[in-house]
Amino acid sequence: MTEPVIVSDPPSAGPVKHEDLKLLQEVILRTPGDPGLEMCIQCGTCGGSCPSASAMDHTPRAIFAMLRAGMREDVMKSNTPWMCVSCYYCTVRCPQEIHITDVMYTLKNMSLESKVGGNSTASDFSKTFISLVENYGRSFEIGLAGFHNVKHFITRLPSMTPMAIGMLTKKGMSPFPPKRIKGMDQLKKILKRAKELEAV
Amino acid sequence: MSAEEKKPKERVGVYVCHCGTNIAGVVNVGEVSKWASDNLSDEGVVVARDYKFMCSSLGQELIQKDIKEQKLTRVVVAACSPHLHEKTFRNACKGADLNPYLCELVSIREQDSWVHTDKIAATEKAKAIISGGVARVIHHEPLEPLHVPIHPATLIVGGGIAGIQAALEIADAGFPVYLVEREPSIGGHMAQFDKTFPTLDCSACILTPKMVDVGNHKNITMLTYSEVQKVDGYVGNFAVTIKKRARYIKTEDCTGCGICWEKCPKKVIDDHFEAGLGYRKAVYTPFPQAVPKYPVIDDINCTYFVKGTCKACEKFCPTNAIDFNQKDEILTVEVGNIILATGWDLFDARRVPNYGYGRLANVFTNMEFERLSNSAGPTGGNIVLRDGKTTPKSVGIVHCVGSRDKNYNNYCSAICCMQSLKFAHLVHEKTGATVYNFYIDIRTPAKAYDEFYQRIIEEGTLFVRGKVAEITDAARNPGEEGKLIVQVEDTLVGKQRRIPVDMVILSAGLEPRYDSKALAKTFGISCSADGWFIERHPKLDPVATMTEGVYIAGCVQGPKDIPASVVQGAAAAARILGKIQQKEIALEPVRATINEEQCSGCRICNTLCPFNAILFHEDRMVSEVNPALCQGCGTCVAACPAGAIAGTGFSNEQILSQIDGLLLLNLNKKEAVPAVLPQV
Amino acid sequence: MTDYLYYPGCSMESSAKAYEASVEAVCGPLGINLKEIDDWNCCGATEYLSLDTTPAYSLIARNLALAEEQANGTRTLLAACSACYLNLSKADHYMHEDKAFGKKINEALAAGGLHYDPGQLVIRHLLDVMFNEVGLDKIKEKVVKPLTGLRVASYIGCMVPRPDYNKHVSDTEHPYELDDLLKALGAEVIDFPLKTACCGGHMTQIGPDTAFELIRRLISAADEYKADALVALCPMCQMNLDAFQGQMNGYFHTNYHIPILFFTQLMGIAFGKNPEDLGFGSELVSAHEAMKRIGIQTPEPVPAKPVAKKPTGLPMPPPRVRAVQQTTGNEEAS
Ligand SMILES: Cc1cc2nc3c(=O)[nH]c(=O)nc-3n(C[C@H](O)[C@H](O)[C@H](O)COP(=O)(O)OP(=O)(O)OC[C@H]3O[C@@H](n4cnc5c(N)ncnc54)[C@H](O)[C@@H]3O)c2cc1C
Ligand code: SF4
Ligand code: SF4
Ligand code: SF4
Ligand code: SF4
Repeated sequence: MTEPVIVSDPPSAGPVKHEDLKLLQEVILRTPGDPGLEMCIQCGTCGGSCPSASAMDHTPRAIFAMLRAGMREDVMKSNTPWMCVSCYYCTVRCPQEIHITDVMYTLKNMSLESKVGGNSTASDFSKTFISLVENYGRSFEIGLAGFHNVKHFITRLPSMTPMAIGMLTKKGMSPFPPKRIKGMDQLKKILKRAKELEAV
Repeated sequence: MSAEEKKPKERVGVYVCHCGTNIAGVVNVGEVSKWASDNLSDEGVVVARDYKFMCSSLGQELIQKDIKEQKLTRVVVAACSPHLHEKTFRNACKGADLNPYLCELVSIREQDSWVHTDKIAATEKAKAIISGGVARVIHHEPLEPLHVPIHPATLIVGGGIAGIQAALEIADAGFPVYLVEREPSIGGHMAQFDKTFPTLDCSACILTPKMVDVGNHKNITMLTYSEVQKVDGYVGNFAVTIKKRARYIKTEDCTGCGICWEKCPKKVIDDHFEAGLGYRKAVYTPFPQAVPKYPVIDDINCTYFVKGTCKACEKFCPTNAIDFNQKDEILTVEVGNIILATGWDLFDARRVPNYGYGRLANVFTNMEFERLSNSAGPTGGNIVLRDGKTTPKSVGIVHCVGSRDKNYNNYCSAICCMQSLKFAHLVHEKTGATVYNFYIDIRTPAKAYDEFYQRIIEEGTLFVRGKVAEITDAARNPGEEGKLIVQVEDTLVGKQRRIPVDMVILSAGLEPRYDSKALAKTFGISCSADGWFIERHPKLDPVATMTEGVYIAGCVQGPKDIPASVVQGAAAAARILGKIQQKEIALEPVRATINEEQCSGCRICNTLCPFNAILFHEDRMVSEVNPALCQGCGTCVAACPAGAIAGTGFSNEQILSQIDGLLLLNLNKKEAVPAVLPQV
Repeated sequence: MTDYLYYPGCSMESSAKAYEASVEAVCGPLGINLKEIDDWNCCGATEYLSLDTTPAYSLIARNLALAEEQANGTRTLLAACSACYLNLSKADHYMHEDKAFGKKINEALAAGGLHYDPGQLVIRHLLDVMFNEVGLDKIKEKVVKPLTGLRVASYIGCMVPRPDYNKHVSDTEHPYELDDLLKALGAEVIDFPLKTACCGGHMTQIGPDTAFELIRRLISAADEYKADALVALCPMCQMNLDAFQGQMNGYFHTNYHIPILFFTQLMGIAFGKNPEDLGFGSELVSAHEAMKRIGIQTPEPVPAKPVAKKPTGLPMPPPRVRAVQQTTGNEEAS
């Protein structure tokens, strides 16, 4: 087994703990299909392609290097996966055919579990969205944007009013939640079972 | 029948090699050899030994001593693959007056220790493999090799630098060479280049003298504008059918004065030699130093062939050398050996959509750049943008285009790092522009190559480590308007960068020739999944192929630079000269034979034979194996529905008893499977 | 008429009513019979995948299972929203490729009495079906009012051409389907370099600064190319570029005015349908001017009151001078 690596430069959180050397494998196993992440050659095609790169604290490539180095905490804290817009540029361009976008999803899952971080705005948005879906079976954008923005961008609300009015009047969007789907019970059962399966 | 009643008729010796730790590290060799002497004595094993290196002279002497003292009649060596050392051990037996074909080499390295980690299972597997070898070797017969004379002439296909080198070596040694080249002139890709790394000598200056030597050599017959259609025969005696395309020029009269192409009114974009950047006429030589000097008329574009009138060239030719009635010629030549040196094709950069080649005017390929930079090229050596006049102030050179990329070619093209460094120098020298090289890794492993890299750094080239993500003309920030923007992660900084430049050069990789698979089939050799031709051994026999008498040199075998191509050309020539000097060749007697009585004439075997060794007698409706062509691979034996084909060396008896031996059925007739199942 | 299983997706019911209306209006004439999956649920967009893997895939797979149940001989499942399309094909793809994973998802589905055999359905986007199944010839036949004179940027976005598990689309970066289709309608189609760039996705909600930048890239490029309109095929793209264009302008102190239309809306116009039936007028950046140019009367823009933005800090330099004078834009704001 490899000796623990001491990584001194920032953004390190100190010496790498031994068990974290399995971090990369953990990410791979949690991603559906075979993401091929161990094959990364650090070429930077992903970081070069990423439209969100400037908003990320580490480029996707750097994140993959950090996974290899077992820097669990730094990765879990990073906003990188949360800034991913799922454009799939990196995925189709990666010379090693790594399923990068899928890996980003896995990292988001893991960062939520780890409790140390992630981007609260982003994860809250996902949570708000999903709570709607879990209750109604469908989502609706106005309600979602409303809840979400009140919580996170309260100062922005004034500048958003014209848009919101436009949405309601011009787009004819309803400010009320959608009708529940008929199979709501069925869906709830499925999701409950799925959550149990996810845990194992 | 119990084992005791059967007295073994052969005396077999078993030799288990450690191969250092290659085998012994996984297989318990001591246990295996002891097992063999304890359990296989009923099969005839009288001695079983293990030894550190069976292939060493001490190891071989061990076998020879046993043959003499123990009166062995059969030998089984359990070691590496027969590809490597079958000859060694057969020769050892021969040295002790045992017919070499009574020795069987079974592989417990490639097929066992190298592919397993479970030591116990691997040891059991080694036992089974040896048991199979012993069961088989009992049925071997003494064989004598076939001797055939070698024709002294050599066919070389492809007149690039590799083919030229090989041709000169053989011809200088006094033997005849046929050099077949598809284009109107020999020279290959090297003729298109401006300067060559790492010494930066002008490509034409070092290539042209060699081309002229080829043209003037009394031992070389150049067949340009020609292609091989068919190959019959076998090592020492190939009969090669060549199609010589009509040039429409009487070469005996033409002086190469050039008046015809001067007068020809039909301009054609030259997408071959000028990489699409320049023009040629319908009657042309690809470049001024072409060898031979005679032009060809391109009958697809020539006005006379298209419309029926023109003949300007004929009118002006001072020696009446134009002949519109010439027809393609088919000729057959006899040769003893063949070298394939057909080189490479350039990766089509249009396949990478994010690099915009073909869409963005000022994105160029490396071959285009060679022509731009070449003083004999379309711009007279001026490095300019697609508009034909503007000199770029900043240039980005993109490494690894289409190479090291699973979406395209997964291998490294080997030459493009050096070529990109060369370009950086040329751009600097000729334009003073700012040059960026975008690379993943800089690969400069040969002599004087890394020094060249350092020289380029010193010249001020800006290196950015990152595979370019995209090249776009969509400006986003001030300063980007009207430029090409190279978007890349500078991985050493960890930030995405957008670098505006005037010109981008894509270092497209090397690919096998588009027709390489067909060519491989014509010559009965194999190519890898990529399409590169496969050598007999990647380290120890890089220019021979699995087909006797057919050699490969240069980029057909894989991407490489000019020095390495020259080395291979010379090496292939040396191999062939050695063969020619022997005057005759001993062929392996391991051959298939067809029983004419049993052959139903279904012809299934005819197409399956990878060496084209089976011919069909229409009159008698039976197939026959040409023993000199057959390589003893056994494909036909297995395929024949009538069971009419048998092989010396792989008779049914031999194969079936080897299988029985593998399953240890020879030891324990009750159980159908080995007592200890290998856990794999 | 050819039957297609149809998954509309949530946006079709709210923000993308124009898409819904126009899809309905053009499918009939082209012989596409949309059989909406009964009781479908939200696909979870990109959000559920971010939270949890198994539940996210199960959520999507419920739709696949329902579709398979209701298939009745049809195998093609069609979606018009790019995110829905990708999610459906993603679930199908990974359930197929990763057998253990497929089993796990089916185990979850079983809790609701459902099951899906991966590979059973062929999941396609509406554009792909229009282009490859209906064909341009048939579309051309239906054109009664060619869009001659309308200069458009065709915008495909991310999730249809990428990752494109089943290779339905011509290219991952510069596909030609939408260009050719719009040309068949008679429109002038610019060679839009950002054809498959990102619209910002959910960034409008979680990182507006990033989203505005992504939106600006697209809108400014379309403006640079002097496009009258940008044509989209996804409710999310349309919403981001349309509804947030104003805020983006505020953020960058620009004044772009590029209407964002669904390709089916333009097909409807070319087929001679009434603009109101195609959802015209529901776009926030009005297409009125653009459509007027080719003689189509669409609802007048409702003059919105501009938000007075108090200048903070030092004044900004004026926007970049462009060679071509903007003809539209100022009228709206006044
Ligand atoms: C842009 C670029 C720049 C380079 N610069 C350098 C450099 O500076 N220094 C360096 O060392 N290396 C350089 N290389 C590498 C160099 O090109 C190769 O090493 C060299 O061309 C290999 O020679 P070859 O004879 O194997 O193949 P080729 O040069 O490809 O020659 C093959 C010949 O075979 C002929 N042929 C093909 N098929 C048939 C057929 N079926 N029948 C008959 N004839 C056929 C072809 O017409 C051609 O004449 C460069 C490569 C590139 C792409
Ligand atoms: S593009 Fe692929 S190989 Fe390159 S750095 Fe990103 S993940 Fe690694
Ligand atoms: S998919 Fe995500 S990580 Fe990949 S390039 Fe797009 S935004 Fe960046
Ligand atoms: S006949 Fe053909 S080759 Fe001769 S001058 Fe005319 S076009 Fe040129
Ligand atoms: S030689 Fe260099 S540029 Fe060429 S493929 Fe290899 S690493 Fe890339």
